[in-house]
Amino acid sequence: MSTAVEREVDRSQMKVSDEVAIQITNMNKWFGAFHVLRDINLTVQRGERIVVCGPSGSGKSTLIRCINALEEHQDGHISVDGTELSSDLKNIDKIRSEVGMLFQHFNLFPHLSILDNCTLAPIWVRKTPKKEAEEIAMHYLTKVKIPEQADKFPGQLSGGQQQRVAIARSLCMQPRIMLFDEPTSALDPEMIKEVLDTMIELAQEGMTMIVVTHEMGFARQVANRVIFMDAGQIVEQNEPEEFFNNPKSDRTKLFLSQILGH
Amino acid sequence: MSDVSYVRTKMLDEMAPPVSQVGPIRWARENLFSSVTNSVLTLLAIWFIYSLLAATLPWIVFSSFSANSLGECRTAIRDAYGADATGACWSVIRERYLQLLFGFYPSESYWRPILALVLMLVAIGPILFEGLPRKMLIFSGLYPFVGFFLLWGGTVWLPVTILLGFVIAYFATTMLGKVIGSLGAVIAAILLPVIWWLFLAGPVAYGLHAIVPIGLVPIESARFGGFLLSIVIGVTGIVLSLPIGVLLALGRRSDLFVVRTICIGFIEFIRGVPLITLLFVASTLLNYFLPPGTTFDIVLRVMIMVTLFSSAYMAEVIRGGLAALPRGQYEAANALGMDYWKSMRLIIMPQALKISIPSIVGIFIGLFKDTTLVSIIGLMDPLGLSTAIRANAAWNGIVWELYGFIALMFFIFCFSMSRYSMYLERKLQTGH
Repeated sequence: MSTAVEREVDRSQMKVSDEVAIQITNMNKWFGAFHVLRDINLTVQRGERIVVCGPSGSGKSTLIRCINALEEHQDGHISVDGTELSSDLKNIDKIRSEVGMLFQHFNLFPHLSILDNCTLAPIWVRKTPKKEAEEIAMHYLTKVKIPEQADKFPGQLSGGQQQRVAIARSLCMQPRIMLFDEPTSALDPEMIKEVLDTMIELAQEGMTMIVVTHEMGFARQVANRVIFMDAGQIVEQNEPEEFFNNPKSDRTKLFLSQILGH
Repeated sequence: MSDVSYVRTKMLDEMAPPVSQVGPIRWARENLFSSVTNSVLTLLAIWFIYSLLAATLPWIVFSSFSANSLGECRTAIRDAYGADATGACWSVIRERYLQLLFGFYPSESYWRPILALVLMLVAIGPILFEGLPRKMLIFSGLYPFVGFFLLWGGTVWLPVTILLGFVIAYFATTMLGKVIGSLGAVIAAILLPVIWWLFLAGPVAYGLHAIVPIGLVPIESARFGGFLLSIVIGVTGIVLSLPIGVLLALGRRSDLFVVRTICIGFIEFIRGVPLITLLFVASTLLNYFLPPGTTFDIVLRVMIMVTLFSSAYMAEVIRGGLAALPRGQYEAANALGMDYWKSMRLIIMPQALKISIPSIVGIFIGLFKDTTLVSIIGLMDPLGLSTAIRANAAWNGIVWELYGFIALMFFIFCFSMSRYSMYLERKLQTGH
């Protein structure tokens, strides 16, 4: 599972500031009667790269989906960039336009060209003039190294290319925080690398990132904190070096042995 | 193991395929005679087509155009093609085609429906085809009022004041929005125009007409008939049922309990009732509910019923399209900060409608053909007219020619819709 291991990563730009980007306190969430997230407390500083891992069903995806209100939490507080996440629609839309999100299945809009995928939200949500939005889009498409695909449709691209377009589409909204929900789980091994490379570049530019992933190589290289979740709770968190070499809890040890053992 | 190794020294040139593998011979062999079963079926089909044409072609060709009654027709055909000849009596179409097209619309005003039809094509053009200038859409928006004025006539101020209602709605949303909030603005945008239309539009229109009398000779709905009536009812139904269907489909999936319940109730009720029942309600029952003395145009009532009927079906078809979209599309739209209406309009609906195109066009075609049901409540659509024509002593006993002509006209309309839907599907294909 460690495709992203042998690569030089320049950590010099990855500075963590004192400013709080995301603050989650005593958050609980239920799906019906099922208690899916239990008493989550998490503070994310600006510039942090946090990798969330854990067995499937542990609530890690649900956790980051709560941060941009794709899922509603029933108890506790979440604030993003100082804005409290409540049921008020204005706050939700404001937070969502500040927080970029990547999905396992890319979720590009298949009826729009790559360029339109990237310009749609800036034009309609940010009210950016079309021309300017297109320039921004081309800038980010160049950054993810697929400017030549701008006029194609998502269905004509490979999975890795689609995920990179999805990254560019998020960046076009110029978010201050990026959430990644298993961005490489649906990809072939050789495509995983191109997506991880793009994510590493983002990290090197100082983006605040929360990444749900099984890519432990990426976690080692890029993350400044690894969080292990099980049964809806944060079981252990630590710096990657310590987390991988010297896990404290038995659950973490078991998980790491299973995921790294083959 | 040296015989495993192989290196090509000379690259081969491109060659044309063998003659037996190209052209019509290959096509026939692949498609018509690929197997014994296929060959037998091909021969059977050829025999069937031959018998069909052998029976009908002489009837179509050995025909009379000039006679003035069915009897004259038969004599003329016998004189021309021999005693045994039977042929079509197309004379009835020649004599009555204007009636089949316009019903009892006054002949000196035929230019009005014709102009309305031409303008309709101009108005529909930019909606159907992307290549036309976008500015033409302004005319498309105004066309309903132009068309109404041309067909029904009367004072020009009535459509103008009705149009003003929409202008009021527009200003209510844009200007009041800042003052009384978006929900208040929506309510005002619905209430104010309704008040305007119910109480003020009429008097204002007649007042204006008294000052500046511009208008066309009014023509009442009872004189509408034939394909004019079919097209008026059909096109209105088609144009209105799509947006109403979209709103109903969204309402049915809404989180708001009241909206959802109303939409489900409406859809299930309308779908549970035959169209003929609704048409009878339109023609008779509705009068009991209206205040005495109000005249509510029968064609207008029928148009409303047909529209409501097909919009209920439309809603279900579109709901199917909505359900077929992966959840990820909604989530991606939300994650980019789009609100409900923006994500519906830009992301969800374009895809859901595209999925539903075949079924939507199916409903359109069904609706257009269902317009013939209005003959049951006494409106003179083509079928109603054909009954009237056959009741005439001169044409008593004529069947195939009339119904054949009507069928052909309907086929032309429905087939064009079907072809257009295929064109649209191809155009919107964005996969590989």
